Amino acid sequence: MVTDEDKVFKALADTSRRQLLDRLRRKNGQTLQELCEGHDMSRQAVTKHLNLLEEANLVATTKRGREKLHFLNPVPINEIYMRWIGKFEQGRVQALHNLKQALQEKDQ
Amino acid sequence: MSAKTEFVYVTYISATPQKVWDAITTPEFTSQYWGKNMVSNWKPGSKWDMASTDGLNHVNMTGEVLESRAPSRLVISWVSPENLGNAGETSRVTFEIEAMGDVVRLNVIHDQLNAGSEMAKGISGGWPRVLSGLKSFLETGKGLDIKSCSTSKAA
Repeated sequence: MVTDEDKVFKALADTSRRQLLDRLRRKNGQTLQELCEGHDMSRQAVTKHLNLLEEANLVATTKRGREKLHFLNPVPINEIYMRWIGKFEQGRVQALHNLKQALQEKDQ
Repeated sequence: MSAKTEFVYVTYISATPQKVWDAITTPEFTSQYWGKNMVSNWKPGSKWDMASTDGLNHVNMTGEVLESRAPSRLVISWVSPENLGNAGETSRVTFEIEAMGDVVRLNVIHDQLNAGSEMAKGISGGWPRVLSGLKSFLETGKGLDIKSCSTSKAA
């Protein structure tokens, strides 16, 4: 049986799909056309990836006139986060993340 | 006018539309997974408040009920109390509750937000946490970390 969580992990296990989520993170509510721009992927490939992301509920869509807008939906990722990171670890994990970011910025 | 932005969140919950509606509009429930009391009579034109659960009733978000159709659609304006009446700082939240077989699809659309504002940043971290809390609360009866948090303070 394929669970919703399986779908999320499968959808995330692909560089192109993670990049599409990154692009929505930077600018939410993009059309297919916008998401295809500056991408070496074909329109069909982008459509296929977006369908998979939508099926995993990582992308939510709304219709605006004739256009379909795509939004990053991080709710399933939050569920995964809450499953393994409890309230008490949150602060420490965040501190380590901040430290790593600060150190990496210095290197650049 | 500054650029506006919007967010769309979706979660699927094993519950009835009425249960989801009640979980969003009843302070006894919202306090358990949201960590806030959502207070209103939820009638169009009425005020709503998001208040602290520490007994001090500190309101950190407020607004007006714009549309209310239990148990399927709730639209509210959303503004911090210090900006009340300031249309440029007021955004809008739409809850759409739709039964799909034995699950409910809950859409939360937060639009008319100022792009890049503190409010936009805050809510984009807040809604995923609130919605996964709501799902967990309705499906397991536990509101994720809110309870353990308050217990640790009491201890």
